Amino acid sequence: MTTSTGVAERLTSLVGALRAHGIRVGTSETVDAARAIEVLGLADRELLREGLAATLLHGTGGRPVFDPVFDLYFPRGVGAPEGEAAGREALRDRLAAALAANDEAWMRRLAVEAVDGFGGYGSSPESDGWSSYQALERLRPQTLLARVRDDVRARGGSSGFTDRLLEDEIRRRIAAFRALVAAEARRRVAERRGRDEIARRAVTPTADRVDFLFAGKAQLAELRRAVQPLARKLATRLAARRRRASRGAIDLRRTLRGSLSTGGVPMKPVLRRRRPVRPELVLLCDVSGSVSGFSDFTMLLVQALHDQFSKVRVFAFVNRIDEVTGLLEHGTADPEGLGARIEAEATLTGYHGSSDYGMALGEFAERYGDAVGPRTTVFVLGDARTNMSDPNLAAVRQIAERARRVYWLNPEQRSRWGTGDSAAPAYAELVEMHECRTARQLSALVARLLPV
Amino acid sequence: MFGPSRTVAADLEAPLFTSVDDVSARLAETGYLASPAVATTVFLADRLGKPLLVEGPAGVGKTELAKAVAEVAGARLVRLQCYEGVDESRALYEWNHAKQLLRISAGRDETWDETRTDIFSEEFLLTRPLLTAIRGDDPKVLLIDETDKADVEVEGLLLEVLSDFQVTVPELGTITATRRPFVVLTSNASRELSEALRRRCLFLHIGFPDEELERRIVRLKVPGLDEALARSVVRVVGALRAMDLRKVPSVAETIDWARTLLALGADTLDETVVRDTLGALLKHQDDVLKASAKLDLDAL
Repeated sequence: MTTSTGVAERLTSLVGALRAHGIRVGTSETVDAARAIEVLGLADRELLREGLAATLLHGTGGRPVFDPVFDLYFPRGVGAPEGEAAGREALRDRLAAALAANDEAWMRRLAVEAVDGFGGYGSSPESDGWSSYQALERLRPQTLLARVRDDVRARGGSSGFTDRLLEDEIRRRIAAFRALVAAEARRRVAERRGRDEIARRAVTPTADRVDFLFAGKAQLAELRRAVQPLARKLATRLAARRRRASRGAIDLRRTLRGSLSTGGVPMKPVLRRRRPVRPELVLLCDVSGSVSGFSDFTMLLVQALHDQFSKVRVFAFVNRIDEVTGLLEHGTADPEGLGARIEAEATLTGYHGSSDYGMALGEFAERYGDAVGPRTTVFVLGDARTNMSDPNLAAVRQIAERARRVYWLNPEQRSRWGTGDSAAPAYAELVEMHECRTARQLSALVARLLPV
Repeated sequence: MFGPSRTVAADLEAPLFTSVDDVSARLAETGYLASPAVATTVFLADRLGKPLLVEGPAGVGKTELAKAVAEVAGARLVRLQCYEGVDESRALYEWNHAKQLLRISAGRDETWDETRTDIFSEEFLLTRPLLTAIRGDDPKVLLIDETDKADVEVEGLLLEVLSDFQVTVPELGTITATRRPFVVLTSNASRELSEALRRRCLFLHIGFPDEELERRIVRLKVPGLDEALARSVVRVVGALRAMDLRKVPSVAETIDWARTLLALGADTLDETVVRDTLGALLKHQDDVLKASAKLDLDAL
């Protein structure tokens, strides 16, 4: 192999960083990646990026982690840009021109200059660093929108019908520029602090591994977009489980038909398909501020799976409970506004605004008791933090007796159950409680626990 | 056996392409405009001798890629269309029972041993796509389409074929490829493919092309369309993709729309034209409503 030791070492540290982010890369893939480097050469960085992605990754999920890590280990340049740093106004002028021209290479050069000129902080070698936040705060690219728009219009670059698209297009370009600045700041920090550490810490994990309780707005939006594909995957998995579980009488007609190809000897008996009995599902969701990201996501996921069940009913609560099935109707659901709609249209709070599991569960057992029957599986979603009030174990016992199964999905770390005002251990004695912190855990649980 | 067989096979055959640029240029001659990512991965698949697993939304040209590679290589395209319930006898090979029965009844005077060796010979073997692809000396491109639709058991079957390019028929022995086919697997990710299958392949995700590339695709597929209109078409499609729709338009829909506009004789986009033809792009009524609102079209 002609790959020099330096490149080999860099490749293995890249692989190490990917593994630290939970992407499984085997030795044979690493060898393939080395062969890819050998075949492609090191001259063109973008070809190298695609080549390594093709050999090291096995799915689309890893790409958002791969790209920033690649930028760290195979950086575009080293050190500070050459030449005198430009002033703020001069840089903004050039950025406006680059945005108007939609010239990506130019924007990338400006991102380098921006971090170099405005991103540095601190003076002593231990405490200094590079901050994309600071650079963007000083440069304020979002304020260039009107200027760029007028510039493009003046040059006749946009007219007629498509003119109305212009502003959104420029917004997307500005967002791309912000991402470039962030990547550049990461590279500069990595030069100072060591690549391996930055690759582990400063690269955000893939959305399905983010804790629901700590997920940011953008990550929750990304999760919501993932609902449909995830639901499709789970639906096929459920269908497969259902098929395997089916057994029944021999279907004589189809068995004989099949035996024709083996000269009339029935080699493979064909079983009659059972008519599927579709189970009912009831969801009780805590939608108070602390866990709403988790409940929203789960509600959408279950709603997307609705054709797998004969009946799905969704109830939301904070300290009072109300049915929200209608708000989730397929097709009309606008995932972003879901939380706000539930808050506006359902009665979820009584005298105060903090969550009270005891009162809500009691009200459910009382008002909607007939929603639960021997074919119903109940999922309770919430952190079981009752704000020191009575957990009302009797109500839970009553629901558990009536339902086929009751599962409790708790978005909190298992080690924190029972700390402070958490009544998790008490509830866990009555119903099966599972830790469910990330979308990945949730999809595994849903695939396992959903009734067939 | 010395070393992995795929390396040996790759060394014996002349590679199809000389460089990544060569891939783009020759695919473009067949009418397939490849993004740098696509060209690089095809080049690597050829050089490393590994199968190519292509994922991406419907209508971005996953199957077209295999056809284009076959045309460039002057190879025969062998296609295995996967579906729920596809099995060994559909994918690999099957004994021609009817013909075997005829053979047995025709040779009444023979001893059993003679008959037995005869009825399990190649004459009675029905080859299915996977076996067809590894037999014979002519170049072939094997396309395994919609791999995710097949059951998990079929994946096990693919593992032997894809890693060693050999198939074992108990009565005949192991058949090893004399000439390794270029393999393309496609998937819509409706089921997660097994890790074992994935690691035998190079992974390629074909997403929506960037504005520039999509414009070139539209111009190539709909030659009558005016340059300025093509630009507007691609910009509107780009805006629709940025919206949160149930089904965003794919490249196939962009081309459909461009053809529709051409057929209507529209030379610029305006509200009426867009509103009347939005159905070519969006397939759900609530998507149409949402897009109309966001694009400021008058209410329908």
